[in-house]
Amino acid sequence: MLDPSVRPTRPDAEPPRFDFAPYVTGLPDGRAALTLAVDGLHCAACVWLIESVLAREKGIESARVNMTTRRLRLIWRPGDTEPQAAVRHVASLGYRLTPFDEAGADDAGAARQRVLLRAMAVAGFAAGNVMLLSVSVWAGHAQDMGPATRDLMHWISALIAVPAIAYAGRPFFRPALAALAARRVNMDVPISLAVLLAVGMSLVQTATSQPHAYFDSAIGLLFFLLIGRYLDARSRGRARHVAANLLALRARAVTLVDPDGATRVVAPADVRAGMTVLVAAGERIPVDGRVASGTSDLDTAPITGESVPRPARPGDTVLAGTVNLTGPLRVTVGSVGEDTVLAEILRLVETAEQGRARYVALADRVARLYAPAVHSLALVTFLGWWLVLDAGLQAALLNAIAVLIITCPCALALAVPAVQVAAAGRLLRGGVLIKSATALERLATVDTVVFDKTGTLTLGRPMLLRDGGWSDDDLAAAAAIAAASRHPLARALAAAAADARAAEGVEEVPGSGLRCGAVLLGSREWCGMDAAAESEEPELWLARPGTPPLRFAFRDTPRADAESVIGDLLRSGYRVELLSGDRPLAAGAMAGRLGIARWRGGCTPAGKAAHLAGLAAAGRRVCMVGDGLNDAPALGHALVSMSPADATDIAQNAADVVFQGDRLAPVAEALAVSRRSNRLVLQNLFLAFAYNSLTIPLAMIGLVTPLVAAVAMSASSIVVVGNALRIGRRKRQ
Amino acid sequence: MSALLYLIPIAVLLGLLGLGAFLWALKTGQFDDLDGAASRILFDDDPPESKDS
Repeated sequence: MLDPSVRPTRPDAEPPRFDFAPYVTGLPDGRAALTLAVDGLHCAACVWLIESVLAREKGIESARVNMTTRRLRLIWRPGDTEPQAAVRHVASLGYRLTPFDEAGADDAGAARQRVLLRAMAVAGFAAGNVMLLSVSVWAGHAQDMGPATRDLMHWISALIAVPAIAYAGRPFFRPALAALAARRVNMDVPISLAVLLAVGMSLVQTATSQPHAYFDSAIGLLFFLLIGRYLDARSRGRARHVAANLLALRARAVTLVDPDGATRVVAPADVRAGMTVLVAAGERIPVDGRVASGTSDLDTAPITGESVPRPARPGDTVLAGTVNLTGPLRVTVGSVGEDTVLAEILRLVETAEQGRARYVALADRVARLYAPAVHSLALVTFLGWWLVLDAGLQAALLNAIAVLIITCPCALALAVPAVQVAAAGRLLRGGVLIKSATALERLATVDTVVFDKTGTLTLGRPMLLRDGGWSDDDLAAAAAIAAASRHPLARALAAAAADARAAEGVEEVPGSGLRCGAVLLGSREWCGMDAAAESEEPELWLARPGTPPLRFAFRDTPRADAESVIGDLLRSGYRVELLSGDRPLAAGAMAGRLGIARWRGGCTPAGKAAHLAGLAAAGRRVCMVGDGLNDAPALGHALVSMSPADATDIAQNAADVVFQGDRLAPVAEALAVSRRSNRLVLQNLFLAFAYNSLTIPLAMIGLVTPLVAAVAMSASSIVVVGNALRIGRRKRQ
Repeated sequence: MSALLYLIPIAVLLGLLGLGAFLWALKTGQFDDLDGAASRILFDDDPPESKDS
């Protein structure tokens, strides 16, 4: 179902700890429930795996994973088990679980979606039954149905249609009333007006025993419109779930060390400057501060984009958001919350995003023109028949209503959501999640793609360079020692020797290297070399007694398909840029290797954002692809932004599109699908317009009977939906 | 034509039955996870220790 090259889940060195208590809800029967966001869920097999592992757990009464929302709901009997135990088991499989506050903001959206679905069901039921009766009436017009039977059919139709419309029409009537109260006109006003006038008119027609009633048109109209609304709400809902799950990731707990040496787990908001925080190896540092004790290596890539870890010793400054790799650290808190560098970056993101909120979706722009046009046409028809042609009030009104019904935007309401749902579904199968409702539309207008380097164009993981003047035996010896460490370079070394067995008795000295008896593996300094002669590439040295030290050099390699994807983008006419926080030398080398002519190195987060703002001011429509915290403000500044699924959560939050896997191809795929979906949307709008220009004159001259209206409405909707579904095909080229 | 007098109520009643079934399914959460539900038929029926109550 998903891309086979999607990153296999790997267990975190140490799963982050959470304070579950505030999220646990008690059920009436004494059991407790907890909802957790699951990160790393790819397919149904993951659902099965998690559920069966938890089913083995004693005391867990029910564990059910929702694949749409990517959330796990646990129900257990307090006393029999604790959620921590269950979470540990799932975390050891490689999934990350974060407690999720279900009473959070996305409830309103979910409730709205359910209301729409219920309304759609009622409208569908009523439309089917009324249509059944209408077909009999239409057949009766051609045959010998008497007026009494016809009126009976009409009255039964009214009996079904009127309550159904009263119920199913609420999602349209309420916003329409609100808009009118605010003296505005939106898409709901012509819809409500058409439906209500059609029903009212039909009741009068039925009561006066006229041959035509429009109950089927009114309820059919509602049914088609509700399908469009529901599809729209569903695709927004999916985006909302992704965003809400990402937000939950931030709620990590902090381990505080009290002056008496005791440790306790608290929420990040309760940490004050001057306190001491314990950061275990593998954990993200929650505060800005200074190392009080312990030595380790820090992965600063999230903040600076630099791929080589930096050693941290007592007295060194550490920044919130960086990851502690090798040894536990005690950090004296310098600043927390709003004062950290991290919070400063978040503020930059927010400012940038405010500028972007002004984008108006295409459907809304069409709707603004639509309502006045339809209402003036209906008015012209009414006045024309009444005053010019002297047709009588009722006949004139009937024709005006026919215009309202026939123009009512069935095709228009389905034109955009149908394409977006089909496109988002196709991208999802390729591992691309659309987070923002208008992201596809914005992607389609992009003419410039800006990439970050580390973690975006590259995998963000160093790989061993093969030509180093060492033999396979040397590599095996080094890998055996390296297998004991969590340092990225050591891991890369261990991964390079396929069947390396971890050596016994390896001791790790954080910030320096590894020792196994007399054999040393680590930095230049650690192996007794001259530390001043620092090399360009990250390196590890292996020092064995009696032989000169050997050097293992590493390089952060580009994603396997980076070069071909960049080539494709350039050939399709996109302007491609590289913007990196890494040293200019490294950025330039990467740009040259991938054939990117425009590049810039050594950028600060604000520098990146400023560059993007400059591009926007020059009229370029930019898609930014980045993964780090340092990219987040730039992601917010771009017209549309993407980030890989293993990016920092803040970057994923700022991005409109998140793609999974080790390949870069999803970026090109998303751009291509967005262009295609934009073409289909325009085609659909054209079809809807063509349909209207054909049927409006018919309605204005009074030729639209309920039969014609029903055929035209269904036919146009089916054509539009069928056209939209074309995007789902051609999955594998 | 008098057959209509009971055929129509029957037709409407059957329709209502279907609507009721759908609303019940919606209320009991059967439409909450359309992506997952499609694959659940492939899962093993009995977990190692059945917890069904």
